[in-house]
Amino acid sequence: MTVSISMTINGSSVSADVDARTLLVDFLRVNQRLTGTHVGCDTSQCGACVIHVNGKSVKSCTILAAQANGADVTTIEGVANGSELHPMQEAFRENHGLQCGFCTPGMIMSALDLINVNADPSEQEVREWLEGNLCRCTGYHNIVKSIQAGAKAMREA
Amino acid sequence: MSGTGIGASVRRKEDLRFVRGAGKYTDDMNLQGQAYAYILRSPHAHAAIKSIDASSAASSDGVVAVYTSEDMAAVGGIPCGWQVHGKDGSPMHEPKHPALAEGKVRHVGDPVAVVIAESREQARDAAEMIDVDYDVLEAVLDMNQAITDDSPNVHDDVGTNVCYDWALGDPDVVNEAFSNAAHVAKLDLINNRLIPNAIEPRCAIGDFDQASGQYTLHTTSQNPHVIRLLMGAFVLGIPEHKLRVNAPDVGGGFGSKIYHYAEEAIVTWSAAQLNRPVKWTADRSESFISDAHGRDHVTSVELALDENGKFLALRESTLANMGAYLSTFAPCIPTYLHATLLAGQYSTPLVYCEIKAVFTNTVPVDAYRGAGRPEATYLLERIVQVAADQMGLDPTEIRRRNFIQPDQFPYQTPVALVYDTGDYESSLNKALESSDYAGFAARKEASKAAGKLRGIGVSSYIEACGIAPSNVVGSLGARAGLYEAATIRVNPTGSISVLTGSHSHGQGHETTFAQVVSEKLGVDIDSVEIVHGDTDKIPFGMGTYGSRSIAVGGTAIVNALDKIIAKGKKIAAHLLEASESDIEFENGSFVVPGTDKAKAFGEIALTAYVPHQYPLEELEPGLEETAFYDPKNFTFPAGTYICEVEVDPETGVVDIASFHATDDFGTVINPMIVEGQVHGGLVQGIGQALLESAAYDENGQLLSGSYMDYTMPRASDVPSFSVDTTVTVCGHNPLGVKGCGEAGAIGSPPAVINAILNALAEVGVTNIDMPATPHRVWQAIRNAQAS
Repeated sequence: MTVSISMTINGSSVSADVDARTLLVDFLRVNQRLTGTHVGCDTSQCGACVIHVNGKSVKSCTILAAQANGADVTTIEGVANGSELHPMQEAFRENHGLQCGFCTPGMIMSALDLINVNADPSEQEVREWLEGNLCRCTGYHNIVKSIQAGAKAMREA
Repeated sequence: MSGTGIGASVRRKEDLRFVRGAGKYTDDMNLQGQAYAYILRSPHAHAAIKSIDASSAASSDGVVAVYTSEDMAAVGGIPCGWQVHGKDGSPMHEPKHPALAEGKVRHVGDPVAVVIAESREQARDAAEMIDVDYDVLEAVLDMNQAITDDSPNVHDDVGTNVCYDWALGDPDVVNEAFSNAAHVAKLDLINNRLIPNAIEPRCAIGDFDQASGQYTLHTTSQNPHVIRLLMGAFVLGIPEHKLRVNAPDVGGGFGSKIYHYAEEAIVTWSAAQLNRPVKWTADRSESFISDAHGRDHVTSVELALDENGKFLALRESTLANMGAYLSTFAPCIPTYLHATLLAGQYSTPLVYCEIKAVFTNTVPVDAYRGAGRPEATYLLERIVQVAADQMGLDPTEIRRRNFIQPDQFPYQTPVALVYDTGDYESSLNKALESSDYAGFAARKEASKAAGKLRGIGVSSYIEACGIAPSNVVGSLGARAGLYEAATIRVNPTGSISVLTGSHSHGQGHETTFAQVVSEKLGVDIDSVEIVHGDTDKIPFGMGTYGSRSIAVGGTAIVNALDKIIAKGKKIAAHLLEASESDIEFENGSFVVPGTDKAKAFGEIALTAYVPHQYPLEELEPGLEETAFYDPKNFTFPAGTYICEVEVDPETGVVDIASFHATDDFGTVINPMIVEGQVHGGLVQGIGQALLESAAYDENGQLLSGSYMDYTMPRASDVPSFSVDTTVTVCGHNPLGVKGCGEAGAIGSPPAVINAILNALAEVGVTNIDMPATPHRVWQAIRNAQAS
């Protein structure tokens, strides 16, 4: 069954006819060629696919594209201001908060939602917030540092 | 040290794309006309295939083809890259590993058939229609049971489940030392099976150009040239010049992406059958049952000591699980990468180690971060602790009494290796100071007041990186050389392309290697581009594993740079009308010392490509040099890790209160990146010690087959770390580097378990196996109290 959907992705209006069972992450990656959002598991555990739907972090492997009909979607590709990195992206680079880079988009999108609800998170609050984001490379040490540094930069911006 | 040279924490060049989501991973690629493969896998651990009926699947919507082993009869088996000989001289058993199961399935996840369709969903839907008639057989799982005569065999044509029975050392001499020893410590332990779990699932895209006969494989690999060799020469019969293997951005490997996997051959072969690209991407459930696993040893170890706690001899007997088939490097992991590390940092004069490698109906086991060395470090640092406790010695004191001393290098161990440099007591001292070891008693009191049991654990590890030299590993059974290649291409306007056979999948080579070039040539780091991963661009390469990239790949780069500088001197001598022997290269310029004669590096580059004023009769134009480097020896990073835990005796929950690592990696190129490597390794080691386990049930079903069941370390499971370094420079490579990729995963598990047992000593617990889950810890406390 095909459904017609339209949504705003990174500020641009998008319309498409998709198979009703299409996951939002597949719509983004395959249909829209926004391959910054990654798929690392099939049980909604790893968080590599985190994006924002109407300003809230969502695992895009866990909702259908059709469920995002009419929504305002932001992916990692929509975070920077042109050539200028977002302070959170800058903080990940400055603090070596990534190695292979595969979990990074999800980490950054999750971190940005944390800052929306808690502008100055403690180390423990960051660690608990990342419950739904797995990283196998960094040991989390520098991710936590990055998110706290990014939060500080955003507060001071 | 310049701002971007050796020793500077340069921010990573590759991050500029990764933080934007602009990395290019294999699954991000989609080729024109691409079809999608879905692999139907065995649901049984051990079964005969009586028949396969794929007729409904073949006529299902969108299906292009369905293949079974009959269709791939002309395709070779997946080869093994290392042949171990047993202690009686006989070669290991090496049963065929077909790309698709032939007559029998041997582990849950064994590929049985492939469906290729217009979409991934159609391929998956059709696979459900394939009717495979299995005759389920008894699964071979427990290694102790597997090696008995009444066990069924994983491979009927082999007739035994013992792949090889190997030993190192003289058992008679070692046994005599044990019979004369003042004290013998003994320990039985299990090194738990782990699943590597790079967050990027494996992916492979095969492509074929009928007009030229050219094949391309895009794949998630740590070593594309090795895949080209194995798949081209042994599986599909494609010569190198007709096969390109491209491994673009790769989302973590940890060993699991070294190996040549069946899916790579299946998509490449299918692309040629169908004359269109074929893409396969694993979902995570497939990763769990098809990526090679790690560790899985059942071990008995004994240490003989004199009355002063001096080690006299070590004896190990281990069953090492190979799984159902021999993965690419599997046979060398429990032998040449394990037994050779059993001296550790100590002057133990005698070692005997016997290893039986065992086939079971489980996923193949191969190198996983550390590969044989974590298993050696774990048994050694555990038995040293047991001996210290039994003899009433402080864990640091027993180590001090046995450390190889700085004036003993180069040090010939009794297990074949020659350590070149090290200073183990310095690392221990620094770790004790940084971790405030002296203040532990007060912290333990504070924990006690809060109803918690606090413990401290020490682990002094050594590893061997950059496995080499090729002639030696060849004599030990390696079927490949273990050198590395690099080309330095200086472009006409002075920018530099470095083509390296090392592969980066998180290690930061694009930055670290560029720092080396920036330092050596005195050029801006932004004018240096590191190119890796594509066999059509890189002259050759053996890839990245075993912490070899900087020690082996980095040295190949340095050697090629030396050739560039040597040629540059000839060009400069001509331009400056000086003798070549009078030219020196300093700070990016060719100069005649004591004069004002100088030519900048960029001028020399331009002259090489616009050779108007050039000694054409003596020298070729152009400025591009290649070096192959084969190391003279391994490198030997070493260090001491100290872990403090707090155990809640009511729940069994272990909290890592602090963790300190002091490592000696030789020269450090980029401290920020090196620290990051240590952090990541530590969490994989802590994960092994506390959380992770690949658990099979009695039928061979993987119980921990998803992220809901296999406990990956999460951010809240671990603390922030304290890390520092000591430096003894490696003497046999020009950078003085030793490698840092695996240390954290090697040194940390025994530090954690020693800390837990130190905490639990007062409640009578003397042993616990990994992972020390809350349930296991709670049970150990209850059992100790009951006895």
